[in-house]
Amino acid sequence: MNKAKSLDFIKKYTMIIVLIVVTAFFAWRTGGAILLPMNVSSLISQNAYVFILATGMLLCILTGGNIDLSVGSVVCFVGAIGAVLMVNMKVNMVVAILIMILVGTLIGAFQGFWIAYVRIPPFIVTLAGMLAFRGLSNVVLDGMTISIKECTAFVNLFGGGANCYIPDFFGNGSLNLTCVFAGVLATVIYVFIQIKSRMSKQKKGYAIENMAVFQIKTLLIGLVILAFSFRLAQHKGIPTVLIWVLIVVMVYGYITSNTTTGRYFYAVGGNEKATKLSGINTNKVYFLAYLNMGFLAALAGMVTIARMTSAQPTYGQSYEMDAIGSCFIGGASAYGGIGTVPGVIVGAVLMGVINLGMSLMGVDQNMQKVVKGLVLLAAVIFDVVSKRGGKLISKN
Amino acid sequence: MAKILLEMKNITKTFPGVKALDNVNLQVEEGEIHALVGENGAGKSTLMNVLSGIYPYGTYEGDIIYDGEVCEFHTIKDSERKGIVIIHQELALIPYMTIGENMFLGNERGTKLKINWNETNDLAAKYLKTVGLKESPQVLIKDIGVGKQQLVEIAKALAKNAKLLILDEPTASLNEADSKALLELLLKFKKEGMTSIIISHKLNEVSFVADKITVIRDGATIETLDKEKDDISESRIIKGMVGRELSDRFPKREKHIGDVMMEVKDWTVYHPLYAERKVVDNVNLNVRKGEVVGISGLMGAGRTELAMSLFGKSYGDNISGQLFINGKEVHLNIVQDAIKHKLAYVTEDRKGNGLILSNPIKINTTLANLDAVSLHSIIDKDKEYGVAVEYKDKLKTKCPTVEQNVGNLSGGNQQKVLLAKWMFADPDILILDEPTRGIDVGAKYEIYCIINQLVAEGKSVIMISSELPEILGMCDRIYVMNEGKIVGELEGSEATQEIIMSHILKAGK
Repeated sequence: MNKAKSLDFIKKYTMIIVLIVVTAFFAWRTGGAILLPMNVSSLISQNAYVFILATGMLLCILTGGNIDLSVGSVVCFVGAIGAVLMVNMKVNMVVAILIMILVGTLIGAFQGFWIAYVRIPPFIVTLAGMLAFRGLSNVVLDGMTISIKECTAFVNLFGGGANCYIPDFFGNGSLNLTCVFAGVLATVIYVFIQIKSRMSKQKKGYAIENMAVFQIKTLLIGLVILAFSFRLAQHKGIPTVLIWVLIVVMVYGYITSNTTTGRYFYAVGGNEKATKLSGINTNKVYFLAYLNMGFLAALAGMVTIARMTSAQPTYGQSYEMDAIGSCFIGGASAYGGIGTVPGVIVGAVLMGVINLGMSLMGVDQNMQKVVKGLVLLAAVIFDVVSKRGGKLISKN
Repeated sequence: MAKILLEMKNITKTFPGVKALDNVNLQVEEGEIHALVGENGAGKSTLMNVLSGIYPYGTYEGDIIYDGEVCEFHTIKDSERKGIVIIHQELALIPYMTIGENMFLGNERGTKLKINWNETNDLAAKYLKTVGLKESPQVLIKDIGVGKQQLVEIAKALAKNAKLLILDEPTASLNEADSKALLELLLKFKKEGMTSIIISHKLNEVSFVADKITVIRDGATIETLDKEKDDISESRIIKGMVGRELSDRFPKREKHIGDVMMEVKDWTVYHPLYAERKVVDNVNLNVRKGEVVGISGLMGAGRTELAMSLFGKSYGDNISGQLFINGKEVHLNIVQDAIKHKLAYVTEDRKGNGLILSNPIKINTTLANLDAVSLHSIIDKDKEYGVAVEYKDKLKTKCPTVEQNVGNLSGGNQQKVLLAKWMFADPDILILDEPTRGIDVGAKYEIYCIINQLVAEGKSVIMISSELPEILGMCDRIYVMNEGKIVGELEGSEATQEIIMSHILKAGK
């Protein structure tokens, strides 16, 4: 491998390398505590909302570095509505879920309309939304906390932690066999898809990766899935919220990489004028980004109240920052047009690992914020400087 | 003989893939008005950018000798300190600042911590008087017209103690009265001892104002005409500007011209911001199957605006007129409609409006016709890759793979990707706007071959170009456009550079 190639390799997999190094660091500092089954499991449950919101945020950022500041407030507002519906008004769970999704999507449509068709800067529109929906959450909840502990079906469906796990269909030992089985199945499916797509490419005569690289990559990812599911199996099994996260990640991963609509997000962020002149409705692309953000914020709202088993006017604070941070750490460009769902997930996991690791080490909450801030800054500096060909200072 | 104020010796400047200036020499005497003329892209602006330090010392070869000493300008500030001030074609004024603030931007009066507004406005008023502009220094730039803004630019230059004033197309956006006033002002400055270099396409103005005229063609100095000794009539200047032979720079093609494919009638377009300004004025034109039709004219003649307004109204407001494709009237209100009716517009600004530089070749190739490589809006990536490779081979695009980002390609190869994108959209009519701008001779030839191939397949091509030889070498029929109007229609066989130029100049008067 020559120098340019190894540089390319490092650039492509920077965040994964960083994630491994950081995890190793915390494993060392916490005496391996961060890798305990319980902690691996809570990494998922605690950060489920980040994965969901960051995926939606990616679409907004792709359109040109545009962010959505309102998601934290929307999460809280949707959660508040859900709690009021289910607890105070005794509405059926399914109806309540549908209403929550509808409310979130409508909020997304409302903000998306101003951003896409009237071209009000997203920063302004979503800042307004952030204030307005925080206020409305207070109004809906009357400033109080509503407990949803009684709505066990809802909590089990969207929750993580406590007792919200996929039940074990086989055996009843200390190891959750369903989880192991699911992990093995996922690994087999993953390897199968990889090999099949490689063979189909080969058959049609298209470029394929080097065989060794392909084997190592497939093997590593397969092993990670196996190890991960084994860890979860050692601690009560699959948190239900993981199912939702996986659905979101897979669906959006597919949309962004394989559909025409997904392609348009990248195109608009890469060069809006060229995209418009290629006959693509760019207003619609912006609109969809924010509409979808509202939809995913609603999902995150349900996940949040299910995990907390309550709704409070203060929930969701700075969630938008977690989502935005994950995107940029995960390699999304602050100028738009660049970024992937898997990248963003790596970014979110990295943030989660740093949070969890520092908590386990007993680092002060405030210092944790300092570290997170610096990590975010470093990630974006890296992005900008590497794009400038390694020159740190911009030419005047 | 007067003292030589400026001498540029053997200036050579290369951009990646293109030699923009090749051993250019320029001598300017103190107190004269020296005109630089040449076609678009001949290298005039590049030369002035070398002089003013926009292209810093070290990025070009050759010497600049100013006022008797060899100069090494690293920034614009360096050259301005010596009294060399350039006024660019695009006005560089900030609309929401006052005249006075603009005039002393980067050159503020007073101290770093406290700008002396009284001195600023007082001095500004003085310089405004020198250029004959009757406005208060406290008026906002956005509230005065283009002509007055040009005067502010000049006053701004004077405020920098200019000894050598360089004006790049100063009258391009001015009306006749304003242009006249500006030229008179230059003559007045000359009497006061100022030296000026003026770049202009308007040869009547050049003849009127210049003492010496240097002709630049293809990045090389051709000749310098002296008002005292030589004939400096317009036709003489034109001969210098275009006087090259058209040898085999253009591939031959057999003509198979069919029925009228597209026809435009009474097409009028207004400026999107200045609602009363007509950008395209009552244009009538047509193009036949298998025909290459050229639209010639100077920059700002309204050619791009015409093309974009036809292409799904992507430019302009209040568009009126009729458009017929294959004899049927069509209404193309958005770009999607235009593509559906098999029209393609290949932009002149490939980086700004054409390509997504941060994306690979394959993604750019399919962007305008993504449905052709997808089923139920799911992209078949293998198919997409295949298409990209097919067009890469067909157009001989030089790149390691189609996964390469377009931003890393040379201009010629970027242009090929842009062409591939629109060829893949499978149009019947292609409007190519400056298809060979900024690319080298070899790549130009290949683009011409592609154009020939397109018309051989029965497609129609409208080629907009500022390069006269290219228009003459490639087109079956030529429309000449000036100030939004079609001012001439010529058969390709009867057209010469002189005829086209004189059409433009006649209309400009």
